[in-house]
Amino acid sequence: MSSKFSINALNLYYGEFHALKNITLDIPEHEITALIGPSGCGKSTFLKTLNRMNDLEEGVRIEGKVTLDGTDIYKDMDAIELRKRVGMVFQQPNPFPKSIYENVAYGPRINGIHRKQELDEIVERSLRQAAIWDELKDRLNKSALGLSGGQQQRLCIARTLAVEPEVILMDEPTSALDPISTSRIEDLAIDLKDKYTIVIVTHNMQQASRISDNTAFFLLGELIEYNNTERLFSIPADKRTEDYITGRFG
Amino acid sequence: MSEKLRHRIQRAKRINALMTGVFTGIGGFFLGLIIVLAGYIIIHGLMSYYPGLLSFTSKGIGNQLFNTVYLVFWALLISVPLGVLAGIYMAEYAGDTKLTRFIRVCIESLSSLPSIVIGLFGYLVFILMTGARWNLFAGALAVSILSLPSVTTTTEDAMRSLPKSYKAGSMALGATHWVTIVKVLLPACTPRIVTGVILAAGRGFGEAAALLYTAGQSTRIVWNNWNLSSVTCPLNPFRPGETLALHIWVMRTEGALNPNSEKIANFSAAVLVIIVLAFSMTARYLAGRYGKKQMGEKA
Repeated sequence: MSSKFSINALNLYYGEFHALKNITLDIPEHEITALIGPSGCGKSTFLKTLNRMNDLEEGVRIEGKVTLDGTDIYKDMDAIELRKRVGMVFQQPNPFPKSIYENVAYGPRINGIHRKQELDEIVERSLRQAAIWDELKDRLNKSALGLSGGQQQRLCIARTLAVEPEVILMDEPTSALDPISTSRIEDLAIDLKDKYTIVIVTHNMQQASRISDNTAFFLLGELIEYNNTERLFSIPADKRTEDYITGRFG
Repeated sequence: MSEKLRHRIQRAKRINALMTGVFTGIGGFFLGLIIVLAGYIIIHGLMSYYPGLLSFTSKGIGNQLFNTVYLVFWALLISVPLGVLAGIYMAEYAGDTKLTRFIRVCIESLSSLPSIVIGLFGYLVFILMTGARWNLFAGALAVSILSLPSVTTTTEDAMRSLPKSYKAGSMALGATHWVTIVKVLLPACTPRIVTGVILAAGRGFGEAAALLYTAGQSTRIVWNNWNLSSVTCPLNPFRPGETLALHIWVMRTEGALNPNSEKIANFSAAVLVIIVLAFSMTARYLAGRYGKKQMGEKA
């Protein structure tokens, strides 16, 4: 399986704070890669380096190399183009204060698609892919803010899919949701990996082991261990990984 | 349940009921005050009506009414775009530096300047320095100076109060900062900006001191003269244009020689209150409709 992302000797600083230390790993295409570790270990920060959302924060300095299909995303790619190819789903569902339809149509619209018929097709296809079309098809003009948390999160996934990205980054997408919504999102992630490469941050180890193909364990800004998920959870190579997955700290 | 606990709950409930009463009372007091004031002005004013008072001639106040609306139109045309852009700049681009803190202090000071000072400043800059006669546009500029701070501050506050996640969500889809502002952030704060615009328009409707030496205390309109360069053309903003609020002031001071001055002033006040009410209600209605279209119907 070929690598989608290749990260080489990545260091990130928030002002004086060294948040990511010398991270090197490859993220394979059409697989789910989970990033686990205790709070503050740098896993979310790492995720945001992949679509350059860290650019929006002040005082962030990045060293090292991140490539997407061989192109350096910090040197040879525009952040806007990168974010069209690498979508993101956030920890808190964050639909816009617009109708359900307009939320999904937003991405295509800003990319210059304005024909009603074409937008209709994209909206329906994206909502179907996010497994929420049947629930929402009769209320597309209603405000997205009136949906339940789980529905909002699937709407946000549909909104991301509407731009047809190649990679979807998910930053603890189920931490604000109830168990039923959580399992729906997990099923959805597994369905989506045929077409997309998925990187998911989670603090839920069961979730990582249920859905991911590869798992990376972060601790205090360092990548401690990165392996096939089954291997990492059954025979961890590092003592700290073992301590974490057996619940000795975290 | 212990006696002590029951006692404490009883006490908490009594205080809760007391405070609810206090707040309802304060709210009711202000509601009553507004009804009494507006009611007095409107009833008293309408009772002062005599035939011809609403005519668009020197006998009636029609011209002043038109001038008021036309002046507010120009004032909003100047202050709303400038104020909204300034608010966007302060919220999204300026950041928090010594310079921007200084700018913020300036904006706040601007909003507390006495309007007679703005009027004299306007007289100096827009009339004396340009060599023009009193004109409606100079008045609109003076009112813009008064209303600019409220539009800027409400826009900035509205933008800042939006959840950060709106911006992040839009940027993560590959939108630029500007597209994010225009398509997501600005529509989301439109209802609050409309409130700022209503306040700004209110300043324009009610302003007298700032217009005394800018828009002038006279008006002469020939209603079938549509030559824009003529000083009697109704739509020429560079003609003298006395507004209703100023007319009230004039009728109660220098114009008191006019035997009907009291009736004219009373009726003008009623008309002014009614157009301000009508303007606010229309603006809110339109903003509500826009909001429904933008944000989707409530589920």
